[in-house]
Amino acid sequence: MHLLYLIFIDPFVQMASAPDLLVQTLWDGLVAGVLYSLIALGFVLIFKASGVFNFAQGIMVVFAALTLVGLHEHGIPAYLALAMTIAVMFGLAVVVERVMLRPLVNQPDIILFMATFGLTYFLIGLGELVFGGEPKVMIARQLGLPRGAIDIKFAGGFVSLQKIDIAAAIISSLMVAALALFFQKTRIGRALRAVADSHKAALSVGISLEQIWVIVWFAAGLVALTTGIMWGARSEVSFALEIIALKALPVLILGGFTSIPGAIVGGVIIGVGEKIGEFYWGPLLGSGIESWLAYVIALLFLLVRPQGLFGEKLIERI
Amino acid sequence: MLYREAGQFKTNYAADMAIMPILQDRVGLGVILFIAAVLIPWLGSSFLIQAVMIPFLIFSLATIGLNLLTGYTGLLSLGTGAFMGVGAYACYKLTTYFPGVNILIWVLASGFFSAIVGVFFGLPSLRIKGFYLAVATLAAQFFLSWCFIRLPWFYNYNGSGAIEVPTRYAFGVAVTGATATDTTRYFVVLGFVVAMTWLASNLVHGRIGRMWMAVRDMDLAAELIGIRLLRTKLLAFAISSFYCGVAGALLVFLWYGGAEPAVFDVNLSFFILFMVIIGGLGSITGSYFGAALIFIMPILLRYIPPKLGIPVYPATVDHIQYMIIGALIIFFLIVEPNGLARLWQIAKQKLRVWPFPY
Repeated sequence: MHLLYLIFIDPFVQMASAPDLLVQTLWDGLVAGVLYSLIALGFVLIFKASGVFNFAQGIMVVFAALTLVGLHEHGIPAYLALAMTIAVMFGLAVVVERVMLRPLVNQPDIILFMATFGLTYFLIGLGELVFGGEPKVMIARQLGLPRGAIDIKFAGGFVSLQKIDIAAAIISSLMVAALALFFQKTRIGRALRAVADSHKAALSVGISLEQIWVIVWFAAGLVALTTGIMWGARSEVSFALEIIALKALPVLILGGFTSIPGAIVGGVIIGVGEKIGEFYWGPLLGSGIESWLAYVIALLFLLVRPQGLFGEKLIERI
Repeated sequence: MLYREAGQFKTNYAADMAIMPILQDRVGLGVILFIAAVLIPWLGSSFLIQAVMIPFLIFSLATIGLNLLTGYTGLLSLGTGAFMGVGAYACYKLTTYFPGVNILIWVLASGFFSAIVGVFFGLPSLRIKGFYLAVATLAAQFFLSWCFIRLPWFYNYNGSGAIEVPTRYAFGVAVTGATATDTTRYFVVLGFVVAMTWLASNLVHGRIGRMWMAVRDMDLAAELIGIRLLRTKLLAFAISSFYCGVAGALLVFLWYGGAEPAVFDVNLSFFILFMVIIGGLGSITGSYFGAALIFIMPILLRYIPPKLGIPVYPATVDHIQYMIIGALIIFFLIVEPNGLARLWQIAKQKLRVWPFPY
């Protein structure tokens, strides 16, 4: 009986009695969720355009951030380093398309998935070899990102909002809006949507698949760079981010593999759910349930709605 | 010339259906077993036995386990590491409670615990497949890893949070712990691996294996011809997890001699999955090739350059190793998506028709 009370009633009593803590937890969840969404967004972009489940997205985040910090450490001014990193991500997209995707055209999905595993390992090795394995500090100040926190009085307490988190939320929304515009309004965007619809049909009307793949991987690289800067500014740039990247998988399940809004909403749900669960229910189980809660949420969701919140209904999934 | 079946006539159905119908294959297997069981323990150095052969065999066993699930039944799993962990911790708990019992029995029994856990986490496989199932098994991976860290019962409430393998006996000989000799451990591992490989080979060539493959190739059609999907998939999960569990128990008890929860993290799952992919999905022989390539190559990378007089830092080797593994995975997928096992098949075919091209 006492256990039932602890599970079903006590957390809500806590929420009601300390609303400032609740809001703080919600905010933390929201911020974590935005970062999950950004990683998931990279997945979705590539999955839509090439049907490749890009496992390497997470490592591309780390790689981009490492390149940026590493270049700056070699004395290159921050903004120039940023431009150079963008160039590196473009180079990566070209190389991936030439070396990996082109020879693997028409292979089953699982083979392409495995190839991105290979890419993951390759990038880990390359990144550590070139820039060293130790964690680095993101050059947030040099890039003109705000620091410090705003304290807001709320319901008899304080809610502390990190400025960098607010910036992250704004920049991500801007980026998503830009991507949506790009997809809807430009010539290339239309071609991208055509490719996502059907490779064969797109080829037959004269759209170059190779070109589209480069563009899409480059876009995913840009998303990865943004994610890397934001995440790096909050903690540090290291390969521990890899685990965070795995968190994008439940986000994708929740949102659907092909939906950009799905990735955003899914990310926020996972982020908030995880933080709330950890804060209010975590102590019951011994803390650290954050590590698996997201997967369990996704799993339960999967049983009810296998196509995700906004996903297309595919027979393949069930 | 040497590898040709001309003149080997089959006079009964049993011979016709044999797994190795060609004499040379049977001789080859005999030679391999002879090398493994006699030459290596007799002539091999302690380093070869302890640091190469024992882990190689254990990883092969785990790879066979995952191959039964992913290669034969077509269910992608990223929870291998956790299932191996279940085996290791089950064996540890069992031998804590019953120290007098033959440790070999507990190693096998731990496989059953792993199988139960595997079946439980395999339940979603009826409803989802592909990447979605991979995420579901990832849930198993993270949940079980969390359990190994957070629930002190698993490691007997000791301060370090790691498990330490005690000395245990089988038939009066020390098998685990500090007093066990390398050769004893090697023979135990070899025995397990050979017996379970033989079992797996019989499984996949029999009714159960055919059911698995039917489900893999098209589950709808398999269901139509009367294969019960739930049972078949769960059986695949159970047997695969059994293999992984035994491999996990062997890993900790006969190789590491102790383990932290971090041993069984998601990287181990990926590691085993690479072995399956590189070796060849749906091939028992390929499992050995894959394990050999992925496990032994880093050892070679570490020991060969210093011998040649090229100075390398251990950290650099680690990084290069990652790069080479990654590049190799991509390379093999491009050259031969069916893995080393397929290359081996092609090589055998070339040998049969040699010196003619066709």
